Amino acid sequence: MKLTLKIWRQSGPEDKGAMKTYPVEGIDGDMSFLEMMDVLNEQLIEQGEEPVAFDHDCREGICGMCSMYINGQAHGPKRGVTTCQLHMRSFKDGDTIYIEPWRSKAFPVVKDLVVDRSSFDRIIQSGGFVSVNTSGNTIDANATPIEKENADKAFDAATCIGCGACVASCKNASAMLFVSAKVSQLSLLPQGDPERKSRALNMVNQMDEEGFGNCTNTGACSVECPKEISLENIARMNREFLKASVSKE
Amino acid sequence: MAKLKSVTPKGALKDQWTNHKNDINLVNPANKRLIDVIVIGTGLAGSSAAASLAEMGYNVKAFCFQDTPRRAHSIAAQGGINAAKNYQNDGDSTFRLFYDTIKGGDYRSRESNTYRLAEVSANIIDQCVAQGVPFARDYGGLLDNRSFGGVLVSRTFYAKGQTGQQLLLGAYSALSRQVAKGKVTMYTRHEMMDVVMVDGKARGIIARNLITGELERHGAHAVVLCSGGYGNVFFLSTNAMGSNVSAAWKAHKKGAYFANPCYTQIHPTCIPVSGDHQSKLTLMSESLRNDGRIWVPKKKEDCKAIIEKSKRAEDIPEEDRDYYLERRYPSFGNLVPRDVASRAAKERCDAGFGVNKTGNAVFLDFASAIVRYGKLEANIKNVKNPTDKQIKEWGRAVVKSKYGNLFDMYKQITDDDPYFTAMKIYPAVHYTMGGLWVDYNLMTNVPGLYACGEANFSDHGANRLGASALMQGLADGYFVLPYTIGDYLSKDIRTGAIDTEQKAFEEAEQNVQTRIDKLINNNGTKSVDHFHKRLGKVMWDKVGMARNEKGLKDAIKEITEIREDFWKNVKVPGSANAFNPELDKAGRVADFLELGELFAQDALDRKESCGGHFREEYQTKEGEALRDDKKYAYVAAWEYNEVPSKAKLHKEELTFKEVELKTRSYK
Repeated sequence: MKLTLKIWRQSGPEDKGAMKTYPVEGIDGDMSFLEMMDVLNEQLIEQGEEPVAFDHDCREGICGMCSMYINGQAHGPKRGVTTCQLHMRSFKDGDTIYIEPWRSKAFPVVKDLVVDRSSFDRIIQSGGFVSVNTSGNTIDANATPIEKENADKAFDAATCIGCGACVASCKNASAMLFVSAKVSQLSLLPQGDPERKSRALNMVNQMDEEGFGNCTNTGACSVECPKEISLENIARMNREFLKASVSKE
Repeated sequence: MAKLKSVTPKGALKDQWTNHKNDINLVNPANKRLIDVIVIGTGLAGSSAAASLAEMGYNVKAFCFQDTPRRAHSIAAQGGINAAKNYQNDGDSTFRLFYDTIKGGDYRSRESNTYRLAEVSANIIDQCVAQGVPFARDYGGLLDNRSFGGVLVSRTFYAKGQTGQQLLLGAYSALSRQVAKGKVTMYTRHEMMDVVMVDGKARGIIARNLITGELERHGAHAVVLCSGGYGNVFFLSTNAMGSNVSAAWKAHKKGAYFANPCYTQIHPTCIPVSGDHQSKLTLMSESLRNDGRIWVPKKKEDCKAIIEKSKRAEDIPEEDRDYYLERRYPSFGNLVPRDVASRAAKERCDAGFGVNKTGNAVFLDFASAIVRYGKLEANIKNVKNPTDKQIKEWGRAVVKSKYGNLFDMYKQITDDDPYFTAMKIYPAVHYTMGGLWVDYNLMTNVPGLYACGEANFSDHGANRLGASALMQGLADGYFVLPYTIGDYLSKDIRTGAIDTEQKAFEEAEQNVQTRIDKLINNNGTKSVDHFHKRLGKVMWDKVGMARNEKGLKDAIKEITEIREDFWKNVKVPGSANAFNPELDKAGRVADFLELGELFAQDALDRKESCGGHFREEYQTKEGEALRDDKKYAYVAAWEYNEVPSKAKLHKEELTFKEVELKTRSYK
């Protein structure tokens, strides 16, 4: 099939950036969206132009590196998939596709479609862990049984891949779904219990400091999330944060 | 260079690690603050090593080329992690895990290292649970296990099909905690360009900031490479796009021996190549072979009809199907080990029985499992005369509960629904057992240079068992390296910070700059991928699942030619002083073009078949691998020597005290 691509080009963080139009041909329905981008880039290199920079790595939907706004939707039109798992059979011959980077103050553009998501790392560093040393002398793994339901819920929250689609989809550029997924996972497990208060307070504070917006319960984040992380986590984080705030000395 | 010293401790296998820990030198806590360690890569091995070293008090600098350490390719591991916990009371033990690993590796790994891996495996599970890793649990709240290929016990811990992700996020959280404390400085979007040697010791690296293109000098008292495997030398593999050999290869060129490069694992069940545009391959977990039956049509006209889409798998009658694994290996059937299953698929496709347009695909069929489960369900539901439709419906529900996420992924990629038609699968490059040679302390033959995880060669011999890669990465990073590195660093407590203004750093940086300039100013006509694809094709055709002398010699010649062509005609757009992914890729492919040659040389030199290395000249009458323990029970450690195929071979003889060498048979 033949397509017209309208792609955001921006040479660096200081550049103003603009949409540019590129035709591509010979696109097969079996190609992934990123393989279609590879075809475009090969073409640009041949023409002596600079290829479009985009983030990608595992190309099997788990590393969380790929990050594109496709026709106004994070990771494109399909539910529950990342850009790398979106295939060209979702498009028709002659389509025009708009491709843009994540848009959020806390995710500055590095180049073209590549953004800086280090704010997510700093949020995890502020408390997204259990303070246990890697001594190998912890207690036996089966010494603390965990109710299956809680273990499963913790797992569901823990499947977040940190791609940032939630932020990109939110009209407030809020990172609540990302932060709540980690807060939830650790508050549902006995291992996370001792630090639950400081964790909720610190991670929320760091999120605010990074310039993410607030949550107004529109739920777009969860709809666009490639791992379909539930909104329930945000509610749980709000409870954790509130409890921690009122019981703080 | 001196003779290879594995520094294996004395005494019985089961006492070696304990004795060794008691014997080696330690660094006191106050002195650890004076010592800097560099860790390259943040997968399971790298994140766990960086976090553990920082907890102990060393100053750590960690580097990854991705935008955050959490993206390293360990994240994509599906199946699980082995540990000799014996929670199922099915007779598992440290010795049994050790024995399975040695045997699975076709007796080509070092006994002492493999035993230690089994010994610390149980601690890994305790550690990960303490970090909040949400492993699967049963209704009693205790940890669940499942079985994996090639073993007789249930020792695999898992978190659905995302075990690698959960373990990596656990290690990443431990790393993040140390970053917050200031004990680890994290350098993301940075690539190691070279190791810097001072007075014969590794004393730092030259790194490139991938955003600005700037070269940076980083000094340290030791450098730890956790940079993963080199499967991408084949262009198409299940590795991530960025996975590369460059860090290990640079170390090799600075004197570190590269061991057993030809030991590559080709995983039998991956989604086949669909066309020339393909950029990577996707694995379908080994667990599918528990219920799926592998077959191709008996008649070539049926294969043709399937390719032309005039017939589908379900149209081929039972008597016209060749369940070739069940035919050739009646006792193990579809559950033969990975290397055997892969070669058998290739044999059928080479004979012209492939079932997709490239001719390289076989069926993995769940139809009989669906009926079998459906009938069981009918019994459970107490339905006396179920209809065919009911049986299939119930059967599909059972299969969904077991493999739902894999079936979804398959459908996403191929647009075929495996609940209703057979999957098409084909082997693909998945893991590399070879890597930098290391001693018992995980130090390469270069003082101060260490290698952990997939980057080293030590634990899996010629073939790795499923669910053992995660185990090794975390064992090395959490529990082995943090102890053993102290023995070396104890001599460095008075060295002081490494001066990066000295000549060695200047020279190394200059060499890196020269190479980058050459790539960027080359003004050729062909893209980096053009050369990478050509290399991949030679590797796959001649150094892949089956190798022979003529093919390997041709491969060495062809790779040399591609490399020359690359340096003449490669075109790298953009500038060296900016974010430029094409330039990053060019450097990596240039290194693959050298490694590929050594890889083929190693395969040529090893005149036997073992594990993932199959030489057509060395097989039994039935087409099975023929090992030669008299001549080849050694580790081939290669010393760099200008031209990769002229590398100098050093042999570490493997001695087996506790296991008896046997021929693997799955008939």
